[in-house]
This record gives sequence, C-alpha cells and structure tokens, in this order.
Amino acid sequence: MIVGEQKPLEEIRAMLGDGKKILIAGCGTCVTVCFAGGEKEVGILASTLRLANQVEGKDVEILEQTVKRQCEWEFVDEMKEKLEQADVVLSLACGIGVQTTAERFAGKRVLPGLNTSFLGQPIEQGVWTEFCAACGNCVLAVTGGICPIARCSKSLLNGPCGGSQAGKCEVDPSVPCAWQLVYDRLDLLALQETMELIQPPKDWSAGYRPGPRKIEREDLKI
Amino acid sequence: MIVGSNLEKVLRSGQFAVTGELGPPKSADPKVIRHKAGLLKGYVDAVNITDNQTAIVRMSSISAGVLAMEAGIEPVIQMTCRDRNRLAIQADLLGASALGLKNLLCLTGDHQSFGNHPQAKGVFDIDSIQLIKIVKDMRDEKKFQCGEDMPVEPRFLIGCASNPFADPFPFRAVRLGKKVAAGADFTQTQIVYNVEKFAQFMEMVRRLGLHKKVFILAGVSPIKSVGAARYMKTRVPGMDVPDWVVERMAGVPKEDAKKEGIRICVDIIKQVKQIEGVAGIHIMAIEWEDAVAEIVEAAGLLPRPKIEDLQAVSAMSE
Repeated sequence: MIVGEQKPLEEIRAMLGDGKKILIAGCGTCVTVCFAGGEKEVGILASTLRLANQVEGKDVEILEQTVKRQCEWEFVDEMKEKLEQADVVLSLACGIGVQTTAERFAGKRVLPGLNTSFLGQPIEQGVWTEFCAACGNCVLAVTGGICPIARCSKSLLNGPCGGSQAGKCEVDPSVPCAWQLVYDRLDLLALQETMELIQPPKDWSAGYRPGPRKIEREDLKI
Repeated sequence: MIVGSNLEKVLRSGQFAVTGELGPPKSADPKVIRHKAGLLKGYVDAVNITDNQTAIVRMSSISAGVLAMEAGIEPVIQMTCRDRNRLAIQADLLGASALGLKNLLCLTGDHQSFGNHPQAKGVFDIDSIQLIKIVKDMRDEKKFQCGEDMPVEPRFLIGCASNPFADPFPFRAVRLGKKVAAGADFTQTQIVYNVEKFAQFMEMVRRLGLHKKVFILAGVSPIKSVGAARYMKTRVPGMDVPDWVVERMAGVPKEDAKKEGIRICVDIIKQVKQIEGVAGIHIMAIEWEDAVAEIVEAAGLLPRPKIEDLQAVSAMSE
C-alpha cells in the first residue's frame, strides 16, 4: 500500500491561511489502512482545526468527506457538491489523490495534508516499512522475494557490503540488512547459488524515464 | 603484465607487497599531498588515495593521485559508486588513465549519512562488483558499459576491497570470488585484528582457489590509544577487534600507547605474512602517515624492491 503521514498541524494551518470554508477530503484506501487520511483521521483533524479556530476567534467552516479512492475520477466526482462550496480543499489522500482531485476541479485550490512516504507494509501494529521502490524493473526473482532496491541502504544488487553486521545495516542498527535477509531466504529455498551470480548494472530507465512513467494496455482500452 | 605499475611488478615478482594510504586534505592545498607522499616514499610500493573517505568531501582521488605521482610515489586511486553514476565514473577513469594513473581500487563507498553532507543524494547507480566489470570491459574489450567501442582504452590494475569480518561470514569469500570473476586483479582487506578469523576466511578463499587468481593484501592499522581500540571494537560496523588488542593497549602507560599500537600492528603483519595466499599488506595509517616507516622497518619489510630491479620480471612476463 501507499503509506503516508499527516503533516504537522502548524504546517497545515499555515497552508490553509485565510480560507473561510475548508473541505477536508479523505481517501478510503491506502491512507485509511495506514491511519493517516481515512474518514476517522478526517474527523479528528476537522475537530482539531475547529477547536483551534474557535480559540483564536476565527470564523471558519469545515466540511468533511471521504471517498473510496481519491485516485479515480468516478470517486472524486462524488465530492463535487461539497467541493464547490469550499474555497480550499485539504486532501488527506496520497500525492496521487491530491493531484487527481486538483485536476478534476482545476479551478479549486487543493492542498496536501499528508506527506506521501513510501510503498510499504505494516510490519507490526503502528509500524510501517518500505518494501518497494517502484523501480519499474522487478528483481525479486533473484533476491528471494526481498527487494534490495527499496530495503538496502545502497540499493546493492550483488550481496551485502562490508557494513553488514549481525543482520543489521551499518547505516542504522535498527535497520535489518536487506542482503542478510536475502541470504537467509535463498538458503531456506535451497537457492544459495543465486548469491554467486553477478547481477549486471540495473536498467534504471524503467524508473527514471523522462517525464512521468506510463502504462498503456491496448487490451483494456475502449 | 597488465599495466606495468610498480605495484603490479612487485606482486608478480612474488615479493611481499606493501601499500599505504594517503588521505587527501579538506582543502585545495597541494602541499599536504607532497608532505604525506614524502613520509611514505621508499616505505611502500604504492599508496591508496582515498575518494571522499567516510563520505567527507576532500580533494579528489584522481587529482591528489597526480600530485602524489609527481612527488615520486605511485598512487592507487580509489573510485566509489556513491558520488558518481556510470557516465561520470567512466569519464573520470578515461581522464585518470590519460594522466598516467595505473592502479585503481573499486568501491561501493561509505553511505553518505556518515559524512559531512548527510542530506546528499547517494548515487549508487552501480555497485562495486559492477564497477569492476565495467573497468575490465573498458580495459580488455575497449568497450563502454553501454557496449560502444573506444579507440584508446584506460588501463588499470583493478583492485577491490574485501571484508572478512562482515556478515554473513560464509558469504565473504564467495563475495571476493564474485569480484575476481568480475575482473579484480588484487584485493585489500578490511583491517585485520582478529587474525584467527582472518585465517578462517583465507581458508575459504583457498578452497575456492581465489588466492591463485587475485593478489590478496591484508589490511592492517596501528592503534593510537586504548580509547580508539574500544571505539573500533564497539562502534565501527564491519570491524572485529578482539579483547587481547584492547587489553594490550590498556596495559601500557598512556605515553607508550602509540608505541604499543605500532608493536601490535607489526605482530599482526608477522602473523598474516605466514598465512598461505597473503601476497602483501595494506597499511592504513590515515593522519598518522609517519608511523608507516617505523612499522615497515620493524616488520622487516625494508628495503622495498626498486623498480629497476623489477625490469627483469617485467621482461619475463611480457
């Protein structure tokens, strides 16, 4: 899933400025699951802002709406009515949702309430970690299903560097060494010889091509 | 002979090689290089010039290497993958070779978070093993990484690092094997304090037959104080400092600590020299370059072979 984190309240308030009617727009997918921008977080943020405005004697109306997915036109359209009333929209979706909303309602100012952090997984309650770098050229077949691009500090492709010690990364002892994990997994799979293969320089062009990346599937086009 | 550098001649002659290390200054002052080169000249066969070591900006390895060469000492330039992508690396290596530099150590590089610009974007377009292969293909196939041909190739004796003390331990010799398969001619190891573990590593290396394919120089370094020994033991990832080293450093008065550090270093040199497959030592005494002369002398490694004496070896190989 896409993992995000709410921006600090001060930053959000500074962004909102003098807006008199604000719509806080939540998203019901990834950011709901990571407790950053779903219906519940929209409610909490709305209450906090109302309270803060009240304390300061500011007359600001705050509307709330959470749609199933802010990254698709059809769901974003459900916000039309409230959105047209608001003079500014604070989207608690990921960067994709913010942009989808902003593009669909081009005359409206849409602001990001979250920092979109990474593509990851909840490894335990309240803890998320990055699993995929969306590099566009998946190497998981030769790394035992563990991504060194996202999970090794140096995105190495040929095994652990000299800083791997006791399963940890030299950069931060709280970070597992991705290549130790790969090594153990390949051992478990009886595929240890895969570690001996020399992986050639990676084709990064699939990830950093000029302009935004794009997938076009003729079989799905109408 | 691949490049005919002094280091290559010493290694191929079968004599026990000695390399040193010269840290370029955090300034544009060439005098620092000349001064350090003067301290090392005559005591080492070649000297590594570090490339933004520990991710701290310093005078570049290639330019400092040229200054060292002009000061009469043969450099081993270093190239990391942290600061340059494949275009910049290949471009700099063409230039380095054109300037007459002949030895190259290929490294992935310390992570930028350790250095003085922790907000920098680390490049890591390629890793050290891929770098070795790129340099070998440039040298032996006259090809760039993209496959295009070049009329005049850069010629380097290709070196790599190896760390017998990192984890997973059973992979360490295998990783050196990958570097050899990619094209490494010599390797310099992480600093050896735990000789026993290094011997185990060398046993694995010999089992893979790597000692016959690559010249192995064991890394050594004198310790300045008991504090430094403790720091390396507990705080430096990838280092293995056994208790006896700390105890020996702690067992002498403070004013004798440096002498004891040098004695320990000499003892370790004598031990690793006995291990089959060790072709030389690499003395890392950064910011303590004047210790090198004393170490080399006490280890009985003087005088260093003279280049002229090696002409015969060179002729034989060619």
